[in-house]
Amino acid sequence: MSVVVAKNIRKSFGALEVLKGVSLTVEGGEVVALIGRSGSGKSTFLRCLNGLESVDSGEIEVAGHGMSRKPAELRQLRRDVGIVFQSYNLFPHLTAGENIMLAPVQVKCMGKDAARAEAKRCLALVGLGDRFEAYPDMLSGGQQQRVAIARSLAMQPKVMLFDEVTSALDPELTGEVLAVIENLARDGMTMLLVTHEMGFARRVANRTIFMKDGVIHEEGPSAEFFSAPKTPELQAFLRSEVG
Amino acid sequence: MRTFGSPEFLFIVYALRWTLSLTVLAFVGGGIMGIVLALLRIARSRTLRTITSFYMQVIQGLPLLVLLFLCYYAPSLFGIEIAALTAAAIALTINSSAFLGAIWESALRAIPKAQWESADALALTPYKTLRFVIAPQAIRLALPSTVGFLVQIIKQTSLASIIGFIEITRAGQLVSNATFEPLKAFLSVAALYFAVCFPLTQFSLWLERRTARRGAGT
Repeated sequence: MSVVVAKNIRKSFGALEVLKGVSLTVEGGEVVALIGRSGSGKSTFLRCLNGLESVDSGEIEVAGHGMSRKPAELRQLRRDVGIVFQSYNLFPHLTAGENIMLAPVQVKCMGKDAARAEAKRCLALVGLGDRFEAYPDMLSGGQQQRVAIARSLAMQPKVMLFDEVTSALDPELTGEVLAVIENLARDGMTMLLVTHEMGFARRVANRTIFMKDGVIHEEGPSAEFFSAPKTPELQAFLRSEVG
Repeated sequence: MRTFGSPEFLFIVYALRWTLSLTVLAFVGGGIMGIVLALLRIARSRTLRTITSFYMQVIQGLPLLVLLFLCYYAPSLFGIEIAALTAAAIALTINSSAFLGAIWESALRAIPKAQWESADALALTPYKTLRFVIAPQAIRLALPSTVGFLVQIIKQTSLASIIGFIEITRAGQLVSNATFEPLKAFLSVAALYFAVCFPLTQFSLWLERRTARRGAGT
């Protein structure tokens, strides 16, 4: 079953056309990596999938919900779509546990006790079972990002979107976040990730997509995508990324 | 002729309850209106934002004394007799609403867009986002200046003496007229203002230091 279907997505910011007809289908349990230079439209595309950016034209269906401009319908879609941002965006006035409990209690009307148990489970899943009471500013960047992942997981999403989640982290902290994502992949979570971690994309993603100038320039199963890139643009990009 | 003694001093002290009552009325009334104004200022509708901004600019550009006269004398044009306390409470409420609204608007705007966005992404409604994510952070930010403005209100209530409302400044004036000892009378008044305002100012400074320390984190 397709979890994400995007057809011919177009999106402009003023005069600048960022997405020039992007189509993508992601099956349940699939992990898809989106790579490309900054400004290629990969983050914008990801943000269109949960309605954080509205599209100018094209069709989007995520987890069985058609994209809508109506706030109530959009919230229905977002209940099933988790997103994790580059800058974590935890709520600084709430503890790690409260950050995670907020949406289940307020959106899904889950009882406090059930939500607490669920938050503990999700924190344990990201390796932070003992930091329930910690405020975000007491946690390292890597830990904050793992709490952010747990916060999304607590809504039991059908698909997870990761928007350059390790780009703001010190190199020694990226590993712990990537390990969490890799575990999720192993557990069969459907995921789309925008990333600069080529080794990670190659290892974890079933399929990798190279975006350039607002279109999908090349895509393929990760193994051959990285070992035998077809277009000269992707070859040049991979050379520059590996350094 | 009377001399300035403890009965005169106590007369001023008793008037303190009217200073404080007026302060509470203005702060509560102005606070409720201020919340509405601050929310209207961040509303989606441009028309609402413009109208609200216009109201706030007009009030902020008006001397409180003029506002006080307007509230006291205008109703009598329509044959409505209005008590000095009522007129003063209305004028101070209107005045405070514009300033508190501005303080809280800037606090709401100071919360990063990303906070709204991640609440959105978690499918929270706009109301719940405000209630559980934005407001708690904004309140923490705005608290020092809010307490600072409360001190302003306390001092502003002295203007109500002009329309004959007997709070401590007016009480001091009455005592001064009766005793011909203006210095003692007004020093007592000053001491009372200080006794009320000083702890609040210290509290506001303490809050500010605490916010600054917290702000060092994320």
